[in-house]
Amino acid sequence: MSVEIVIKHALKKYGENVIIPDLSLDIRPGEFFTLLGPSGCGKTTLLRMIAGFNSIEGGDFYFGEKRINDLDPAKRNIGMVFQNYAIFPHMTVRKNVEFGLKNKKLPKDQIASRTDQFMKLMQISEYADRMPERLSGGQQQRVALARALCIEPDVLLMDEPLSNLDAKLRVEMRTVIKNIQHDVGITCVYVTHDQEEAMAVSDRIAVMSGGVIQHVGTPKSIYQRPANIFVATFIGRTNVLKGSVTVEGGKATLNVCGYSAPLPTVAPEYMKSQDVTISVRPEELLLNRNADMPGIKAVVKDAVFLGLNTHYFVKLSTGEDAEIIQESSIEDTLAPGAEISLGVNTDKVNVFVADGSANILTGVCNDLKA
Amino acid sequence: MATKKKFEVWTVVSLVILALFILFMVYPMFGLLKQAVVTDDGAFTFQQFKEFFSKNYYSQTIVNSLEVTITVTLVALVLGIPFAYFYSFYHLKGSKVLFVVSILCCMSAPFIGAYSWIMLLGRGGVITTFVKNTFGITLGSIYGFKGILLVQSLKFFPLVFIYMNGAFKNIDNTLMEASANMGCTGVRRLFTIVMALSMPTILAAAMMVFMQAFADFGTPGLLGESFQTFPVLIYNQYLGETGQNHHFAAALAVIAIVVTAIVFFLQKWATSKFKFSMNALHPVEKKKPKGLAGVLMYVYCYGLVAVSFMPQLYIIYLSFRKNTGYTFQPGFSLGNYELAIKRLLGRSIKNTAIMGVVALAIIIVIAVLIAYLVVRRSNVLNNGIDTIAMLPYIMPGAVIGLALLLAFGKKPLALTGTLTIMIIAMVIRRLPYTIRSATATLMQISLSIEEASISLGASKLKTFAKVTVPMMANGILSGAILSWVTIVTELSSSIILYNNRNITLTMSTYVAISRGSYGLACAFAAILTVVTIVSLVIYLAVSKSEDVQL
Repeated sequence: MSVEIVIKHALKKYGENVIIPDLSLDIRPGEFFTLLGPSGCGKTTLLRMIAGFNSIEGGDFYFGEKRINDLDPAKRNIGMVFQNYAIFPHMTVRKNVEFGLKNKKLPKDQIASRTDQFMKLMQISEYADRMPERLSGGQQQRVALARALCIEPDVLLMDEPLSNLDAKLRVEMRTVIKNIQHDVGITCVYVTHDQEEAMAVSDRIAVMSGGVIQHVGTPKSIYQRPANIFVATFIGRTNVLKGSVTVEGGKATLNVCGYSAPLPTVAPEYMKSQDVTISVRPEELLLNRNADMPGIKAVVKDAVFLGLNTHYFVKLSTGEDAEIIQESSIEDTLAPGAEISLGVNTDKVNVFVADGSANILTGVCNDLKA
Repeated sequence: MATKKKFEVWTVVSLVILALFILFMVYPMFGLLKQAVVTDDGAFTFQQFKEFFSKNYYSQTIVNSLEVTITVTLVALVLGIPFAYFYSFYHLKGSKVLFVVSILCCMSAPFIGAYSWIMLLGRGGVITTFVKNTFGITLGSIYGFKGILLVQSLKFFPLVFIYMNGAFKNIDNTLMEASANMGCTGVRRLFTIVMALSMPTILAAAMMVFMQAFADFGTPGLLGESFQTFPVLIYNQYLGETGQNHHFAAALAVIAIVVTAIVFFLQKWATSKFKFSMNALHPVEKKKPKGLAGVLMYVYCYGLVAVSFMPQLYIIYLSFRKNTGYTFQPGFSLGNYELAIKRLLGRSIKNTAIMGVVALAIIIVIAVLIAYLVVRRSNVLNNGIDTIAMLPYIMPGAVIGLALLLAFGKKPLALTGTLTIMIIAMVIRRLPYTIRSATATLMQISLSIEEASISLGASKLKTFAKVTVPMMANGILSGAILSWVTIVTELSSSIILYNNRNITLTMSTYVAISRGSYGLACAFAAILTVVTIVSLVIYLAVSKSEDVQL
């Protein structure tokens, strides 16, 4: 029952204002797919185009073989979970859940059994006859999910479903959502601006910015080998430094802030001497308390002890600021003013062409269709 | 999908409503305008307007109307704002009573107050006679400017109270505390913070009072005598016993609309200077009234309400008094009611009920549809419909009555003297208010709830019927009961449209009063008052809140 969603050259504009210029995407059957990006990047717009609540100005949308551009939203057979849950406030929990089944004109006994089944699955059976106003946020969320799933939709669309919950419940509910999606095996498109949430639930993530998909890949590949500097800075924290790559005798060397290290992972097509932009995550900077050791020279500005890790905020010899995360040690935390030397974990660091538009290393997995 | 205009059932709804509006609102208004500027021979002329402005006898009426209406508005504000302030900021014992009674005052039939005051302070009034016999003092006449001012101020101050109460409730307590923190308390805080924050509401209340007082026919009709106001002049010119002139009456109606339109836009302009919205998370905590100030508060609030409401109770009392035609006798009887039964009481009640129920049903259906069209399907056509629907807001009742009479007095659509024309008039008069409250209710409902319904396979119509309308129901129901009361007590357009067949309770009362049959009038007035009270009690029970939407 899970279907593939294919989007070809989607175009969205409001008047003359283009929101999504030209977007193509394949979402695999049964996949948990997340649209991730800052607010205003077009992710919700795209989701609502799939749902049919936004008009489509150009391109084609397919569920499997079926083109859905002109299909009425009521006939697309989608389950949708809204940011504010959109529970009908004048109906009991049971009435809410069975609403979609009634519209399908199923026989009465089947409606009842399926409603019971999904209320049980979402653990809301005990609230069946309650009015929504007497439910907590998490319970309303469960009702919304049960209501969307029990019509056995081809795809499940979720628009920032957890953003109204408190932090603890958010973590709990995202596990619930992921497990349910896995059990039901339904193709799922999920919108969020919370990258940790995206990482936790997704099979694959599409990172969007300005109506354009920047990178499509697994959480691991997006974090470790981001396709460009935007993805590197949006996912996780990172230090962006200027530097260069020199190629001599077929071997590449990375030069940054007066420090050089061999860089064995440069992709063949980028194998030439050039200026580069480097993304070094805080945990990829290796702190050495002996300032005389080879490395980037730096001065500690501030230190924050967070238990498991200690965060250092330092000024590099080039004047750039950087952040370092180190597993907390039993030694004293470095005081502001301390001089240190920094090494770079060249296995993990990412190197981009000077304008940041492409990663020059091997191992970048971007499923984005050209 | 957007490029191809899909045929939608809502487009049909838009067009049907538009057609109805054109037939029953635009067409009569054009008829009125035509009547004003075109002579019987078909020649175009401004003669009627020249006549009005050149003869002091006529033009004085507009001066009179503005003079008394503006004074009434100011007095109502001066009476109503302190009342609302005491009510909202202090724990007054029996505040529920104050609230209910003041609503009763402003919702009662417009002329019953005037009539009660005549019975008390008129030439043979109880108080007049009492003061004259005991102290030998002759009280001034209640007729004319003073009487209208008295009656209308007491009737309309509760409007100000209801508006201001809503505004005061939205003032967040932290604003009051912040102000105190910066050293501004007491009277200074009242003016720099509380009143300043309530300014948009004060303006809204002022306009409401102005519109209602300006259009009121009953009060000046009974109390004006030689002090003629504009609606009275319109009525006399159209139906009066002396010198009927339909062209002149139409011209007067046009002038009336121009006056109210100017006031409407002035108010809009003034309100635009105070653009901010409030929503209190922590409403102001009520204090206990203390000391002499506390006593004065009680005296003020209860005194005001008593003075406003007692006359109506007095009428009910009188209705049970023995009466021989034109004078009250000692002792009690049901004679007045027996007489009322002979004088079309049954027909009046039946007509009133039919008119109220049918008009209300039509109003609710149209208002809900228009609210949906405006909020969810906003486009040029639907916004145009919304604008047309708001027109009656600035049209005095007498003008609407006149326009309908001119448009439907002859074939092919001869509706004069039928209940239908009454119902049309009531729908037109009340529609703008119901549309406003329905629109406000719908705006609070998140669009995603409707989208959820559609994504669950419900059609657009089904979504509207099963999800949207039930969610609007509460707001609409409470508004509907208030509309019912205003329909039942409506006078200024019915007086132009009524006859023996479609007579209503209000009209029967007014006819009895104007014929001087006191006992009969009191019986009708008492019944009308009781109907009003019962409806309002139901309203308060249903709405359960103090947010009266007028």
